[in-house]
Amino acid sequence: MTQELKPAASVATTPEALRALISEVLAEALKQGASAAEASASVSQGLSVTVRLGNVETVEHTRDKGLGVTVYFGKQSGSASTSDLGPEAIRSTVLAAASIARYTAADEFSGLADVASLAKSIPDLDLYHPWNPGADRAIEIAAACEHAARSADARILNSEGASLSSHEGLEVYGNTNGFLGAVAATRHALSCAVVAQDDSGMQRDYWYTVARDVRDFEVLESVGRQAAARAVRRLAARKLSTRETPVLYEAPVASSLLSHFVGAVRGTSLYREASFLLGQLGKPVFAPWIRIYEQPHLRKGLGSAPFDNEGVATRDRDLVRDGMLLGYVLDSYSARKLGMETTGNAGGVHNLAIEAGADDFPEMLARMHTGLLVTELIGFGVNTVTGDYSRGAAGFWVENGEIQFPVEEITIAGNLREMFRQIVAVGRDVDQRGNIRTGSILVENMTLAGS
Amino acid sequence: MSSLLNQVRGILLDPACIGEGEVGRLMARLLGHRLDYADIYFQYSRHESWMLEEGQVKSGSHNIEQGVGVRAVSGEKTGFAYSNDIVLPALLEAATAARAIARQGGDLAVPSAWCSSPVLDLYQPLDPLTSLEDGAKVKLLEQVETEARRQDPRVKQVMASLSGVQETVLVMRSDGVQAADIRPLVRLNVTVIVEQGGRREQGSHGGGGRFSYQDLLAKGAAATYAHEAVRQALVNLDADAAPAGTMKVVLGPGWPGILLHEAIGHGLEGDFNRKGTSAFSGRIGERVASVECTVVDDGSLPGRRGSLNVDDEGTPTQQTVLIEKGILKCYLQDLQNARLMGMTPTGNGRRESYAHIPMPRMTNTFMLAGRHDPAEIIASVDKGLYAVNFGGGQVDITSGKFVFSTSEAYLIENGRVTRPVKGATLIGNGPDVLTRVTRVGSDIQLDSGVGTCGKEGQNVPVGVGQPTLLIEGLTVGGTHGS
Repeated sequence: MTQELKPAASVATTPEALRALISEVLAEALKQGASAAEASASVSQGLSVTVRLGNVETVEHTRDKGLGVTVYFGKQSGSASTSDLGPEAIRSTVLAAASIARYTAADEFSGLADVASLAKSIPDLDLYHPWNPGADRAIEIAAACEHAARSADARILNSEGASLSSHEGLEVYGNTNGFLGAVAATRHALSCAVVAQDDSGMQRDYWYTVARDVRDFEVLESVGRQAAARAVRRLAARKLSTRETPVLYEAPVASSLLSHFVGAVRGTSLYREASFLLGQLGKPVFAPWIRIYEQPHLRKGLGSAPFDNEGVATRDRDLVRDGMLLGYVLDSYSARKLGMETTGNAGGVHNLAIEAGADDFPEMLARMHTGLLVTELIGFGVNTVTGDYSRGAAGFWVENGEIQFPVEEITIAGNLREMFRQIVAVGRDVDQRGNIRTGSILVENMTLAGS
Repeated sequence: MSSLLNQVRGILLDPACIGEGEVGRLMARLLGHRLDYADIYFQYSRHESWMLEEGQVKSGSHNIEQGVGVRAVSGEKTGFAYSNDIVLPALLEAATAARAIARQGGDLAVPSAWCSSPVLDLYQPLDPLTSLEDGAKVKLLEQVETEARRQDPRVKQVMASLSGVQETVLVMRSDGVQAADIRPLVRLNVTVIVEQGGRREQGSHGGGGRFSYQDLLAKGAAATYAHEAVRQALVNLDADAAPAGTMKVVLGPGWPGILLHEAIGHGLEGDFNRKGTSAFSGRIGERVASVECTVVDDGSLPGRRGSLNVDDEGTPTQQTVLIEKGILKCYLQDLQNARLMGMTPTGNGRRESYAHIPMPRMTNTFMLAGRHDPAEIIASVDKGLYAVNFGGGQVDITSGKFVFSTSEAYLIENGRVTRPVKGATLIGNGPDVLTRVTRVGSDIQLDSGVGTCGKEGQNVPVGVGQPTLLIEGLTVGGTHGS
């Protein structure tokens, strides 16, 4: 099982080839009469394997490519994309985009990003660390991780398996204002999900590690042991009675609160007046000591990007300082609509973080004293227009700063506008694994619904 | 060979100069190793979408995706590779990668002839994208905007989108079965924001199915969906805090059937049950619902969003009874899990695209009509919640806990529907929630065609439905303690 996928000769996989492809697409757009155009192309390949109960379950080889183009005829625009990068497909894709542009309305705010905002230089952010473990080695690693989980506790009686994936990709973006930039990046992940069982029933939980560089992985046995410990501790979960309570979001689920914040300060939500943070720029929206910031140029960062999806230079900035909302999340279209400047967030935020406090996790529990520790959230009960928040939860009941027993089949509800102001503390137990990084977050008061 | 199969081969294979000989070589490459099964899945999809906001269609996009997925199965092992170059060398390479899960020395023979899977005729093999002039698509969205704004001056924003897909697929299996399908799918969605006295609320509606834009127009979808979105948004302008705690819940007909999708459907998918990780594992023949409840999954309903003439493994879809009068009857199966569990495939083997491995997935999942008058069901409740519209839902398969979130709900007080309440998440336990269903209405209704189900990163279109029903106790996640 040492088969490796080699790139087929017909696929453009080098930065030079993709740059040439983008130039060709832009030239084709101008040839078809467009006044401006932008295009992006990507190629990626990888391997992912799953081992379950010690046996190989899946070996998956992935290889993708794609091309997307947006053409502008004055203030009218149209977009098209294809997975075929051949010369005929380039022509027909530009044609498809152009034909859409004939029917879209002229929009005074449409167009490429302003030249002044484009990235002048493209810093190397150290995002490309190819690994190519091969199927055999990948299977060994996943098997060892799952073994660590299954041997960690006698109550781990079943497994959904451990998965290892390793992917590398290359993306190139260019526009007719002369920007042409390429970014190569890798992403490797190891995850493990196991099922604990006793007389009370079954509980599943998981853990994972993810990195640009496999040398930054958490130790694989530790991934397995954490998955096991998390599943076992949920056994014999109870339902709680309905009450008002402080809620401590464990770091891995606390990042969802910041995602809701980003959703509310995104340009589209603002110009559509579909945000509970409308008109709050310069006003206090969080507890007064909170700082939320973006660091797009972190070396090896999972959310790092030297330029955004429009070629705009990304930069460090504070979105919230002293609890005050200082900046939105804008691309150039929404910025123009709002009479502002792009924040380099076409495609989203880059390494968003909330400043950590001094408390570690046990200190955060002690600070809460009595309340709910949430370790899992399910469902989509968040309304960005009103801030109303109601989600399914599982976790632990805490008294005197000590975990008492696991709980499940409850909901926690409130309004994000109030919850943001009621953040009491942010832990220094920061979960580094995502594009949004935070420690555990303690919210002063929410409604818990149960029996 | 059927004309559909010829048509599909013409679209997928002829441009790549792939004929019987080339497919035979591919199969031979796969079957050089010891496998139970292998298949090759060819796909060509065209997708378009048009978006309206602020009264204008400002953006539109067109997408073409094509490729081939090659899968090799040996016991519980699956080897999989794909290519979006439909050329023989790339496909042979994918086959080599996929078969590596099994040892050398195959005992499966390359099929000497292909036999066509019986294929249902639930929709026309039409191209929705060309079923309407582009200008008329723009007009349709503008009509949605006009209708929405005409309803009420409090309408501040109207967002509408129209999308169409044509998916052409061909699956060729190591057992000599081949199946082809051309699948149209259209959808129209409307979201409105209303404002009154500084308070803003939203309402959404949409629908579609496996038909043309013309059919959508003929249904009067533009006006109907716009009116419904505005009505919901205005109701929410008057909504109070939702109650918190466990109470009687009456679910309206149609889309609230997302209850069944989350609470029951996922837990009955064959893969989780083969692995024993579902809260329903090993429970066939047991009572999991009240005698009032019969729940089916049916991929063979004409024109529905969740319907398929043939699933993505070439098995014709069917109606599968999951729960009959409260007794658990059957799991949803694809080929691999059915084989490993010694059960019959149910036509539920689905994949998002050629680049994804098939899994057991739902199609259209719904509860059959009961005998109660819906008005009497509401009248029977002293105090409770009446929920008629929902956003999304989710389930933890292993613990059985599921949620779904209301987007339109009311209090029931003394047998009457009274005040609207804000959106709240409802949470319950899948294996026992239906045992507390005491009344099932006669008003079975399917949803309007908006459902998308996500599982392990793969999204597929699905449908749900149910009659009005009463659940004696379900936890309502509002903010207002009782």
